Amino acid sequence: MSRISSCFQQLEASGRKALIPYLTAGDPDIATTLSLMHALVANGADIIELGFPFTDPTSDGPVIQRAVERALANNTSLKDVLDTVSRFRKENADTPVVLMGYLNPVECMGYQAFVDAAEEAGVDGILIVDMPPEESHDLKQIVDKSHIDMIFLIAPTTSDERAAQICAQSSGYVYYVSLKGVTGAGHLDIESVKSNLARFRSQTELPVGVGFGIKNAESAALIADIADAVVVGSALINKIEELQAGTPYSIEDLQQHISLINDMRKAMDC
Amino acid sequence: MSAPKPLEGKYSGPDEHGHFGQFGGIFVGETLMPALEQLNRKYAELKADPEFWAEFDYDLAHYVGRPSPLYFAERMSDALGGARIYLKREDLNHTGAHKVNNTIGQALLAKAMGKTRIIAETGAGQHGVASATVAARLGLECHVYMGVDDIKRQAPNVYRMKMLGANVVGVDSGSCTLKDAMNEALRDWATNVDNTYYIIGTVAGPHPYPMLVRDFQSVIGREAREQCLEMTGRLPDTLVACVGGGSNAIGLFHPFIPDESVAIVGVEAGGHGLETGEHAAPLCTGQPGVLHGNRTYLMNDENGQILDTHSISAGLDYPGVGPEHAWLKDLRRATYTAVTDDETLEAFRYLTRMEGIIPALETSHAIAWVMKEAPKLPSDHIIIVNLSGRGDKDMNTVADIEGLEV
Ligand SMILES: Cc1ncc(COP(=O)(O)O)c(C=O)c1O
Repeated sequence: MSRISSCFQQLEASGRKALIPYLTAGDPDIATTLSLMHALVANGADIIELGFPFTDPTSDGPVIQRAVERALANNTSLKDVLDTVSRFRKENADTPVVLMGYLNPVECMGYQAFVDAAEEAGVDGILIVDMPPEESHDLKQIVDKSHIDMIFLIAPTTSDERAAQICAQSSGYVYYVSLKGVTGAGHLDIESVKSNLARFRSQTELPVGVGFGIKNAESAALIADIADAVVVGSALINKIEELQAGTPYSIEDLQQHISLINDMRKAMDC
Repeated sequence: MSAPKPLEGKYSGPDEHGHFGQFGGIFVGETLMPALEQLNRKYAELKADPEFWAEFDYDLAHYVGRPSPLYFAERMSDALGGARIYLKREDLNHTGAHKVNNTIGQALLAKAMGKTRIIAETGAGQHGVASATVAARLGLECHVYMGVDDIKRQAPNVYRMKMLGANVVGVDSGSCTLKDAMNEALRDWATNVDNTYYIIGTVAGPHPYPMLVRDFQSVIGREAREQCLEMTGRLPDTLVACVGGGSNAIGLFHPFIPDESVAIVGVEAGGHGLETGEHAAPLCTGQPGVLHGNRTYLMNDENGQILDTHSISAGLDYPGVGPEHAWLKDLRRATYTAVTDDETLEAFRYLTRMEGIIPALETSHAIAWVMKEAPKLPSDHIIIVNLSGRGDKDMNTVADIEGLEV
């Protein structure tokens, strides 16, 4: 069983929901990213979505765009991101790591080289935002021969029929985009998430994570009531934005700084 | 990657998934996938409906002023002393460039789909003006995304858009040019997908845009073919057009693709010279990758990050190119080359003084190629140049370079 599946199984056994923070690798610098990953786990994260930067993040709002710009100012490459996962794995054998980003850096590295390197580094899932299942055939064939899960997105605009096809292509979990818009948008509507999830649940046995627009402990708890996993991105990046590049932060300092994750954990568990 | 096959007289594309060989396709976030499917279905339905094309032709005739003339540039041909040069006068269209052919077509689609809000990206501002124009005519709300650097260098067009009632949104992320305007338009579309129609201004973006923009622009080549036969009794020997995203070029080229005797040349923006890296010539220097919804030739670094581009003309200042051009390059049906900013400026001045036609800086790239190549060709060689737009919008840029104030 994949690390992601056993993670969800354990959570289910203890009656809890997964908390999945997203951060952009290389923001504010790649050393801090590694420390932040450990701090996230210490604060209660179950799975980490690690973004690899791309110059043109068309599904992201201004907060993640700025994070990407900071990461690129440090010349963070996909290879650097994979190295960071390797280093994380030396100290943490359990927490699944999902690489998330846009296709062009992967195309440039080559699909086979990318999947080999990702497996070697200890990556558990990949989610390519701008690669719908229709275009994923070549990459998926390679991924399917590895231990890596391939995660796809479902959106409020997705029809039932299409959702069934997407779920059939997915493994690990499926990611429901909670709203029409980009990451960090302000118009999360819990009722519409609820009714759409009800629509998609019947299509799949896989756990369903919900992301986009989840900002605080309160909204995390509301989403945890109706989904299997809560993904938080921009709200965390807002905190990371306050950190300085080139500063050696201790994991304890970072835990303090991103106590938001701790607050979400507590709110989701009670 | 499959090895490119020679053409052998057959040409069709894209396939039903929007692929031109290995290029094209649909690479967007899931939120937009259903909208693209819907657009694809609607376009397939209307494409088969003669009434849709009758309405398109009517608008082109009565609103745009088509057919645009094919003009024999006799003085220029004589002065260059080689090939006979014919100019396809898209600069005479309403709003001053080929861009309006496409916005007329897409406006009909938007209307048929019941959308109430139009968005567009623009570089030179010509597509923005053409979008604002059709939106005004239909009484639709219109938002145009434009890089802040382009807002500065194409000020007259910004003012025109505002006069037409459009909201011009300055984009200050990334390189502050066309690429970033397109990013922002895609974000807007994902947010307002229910009521919004996105009019993409060139043959790039996700399927079906490269196909439908090509279909609308192909009126250029169909007319040019007929006009050339009528005026000269035969087909041209060479077609030439500037290539930004590639819409004016594909519009001229497409109806001639099966005519294997016709050479096809696309001219990219060579900026300060291909060897300097400061240019916008992905077909000349790039490799296949994925940006803005399709796979095509791109300018990126060894890590797959998109590079900043440079061109004197805002409309060519883009790191990608339409996927059909990428395919035509690999099929070796078309050749792609580049000219520098300096050659472009010289061509701009040359055509202005030689023929009394002030071309857009984008268009001047194609003219610069003609100035270099026409003298080497025999006098029975016929070149058709797509005169994609007029240069009024570029007065400030050129005056600046000459140290003058407008
Ligand atoms: C006059 C003119 N020609 C050419 C272009 C380049 O676009 P395309 O390559 O799509 O024709 C533009 C774009 O703004 C333009 O305004």
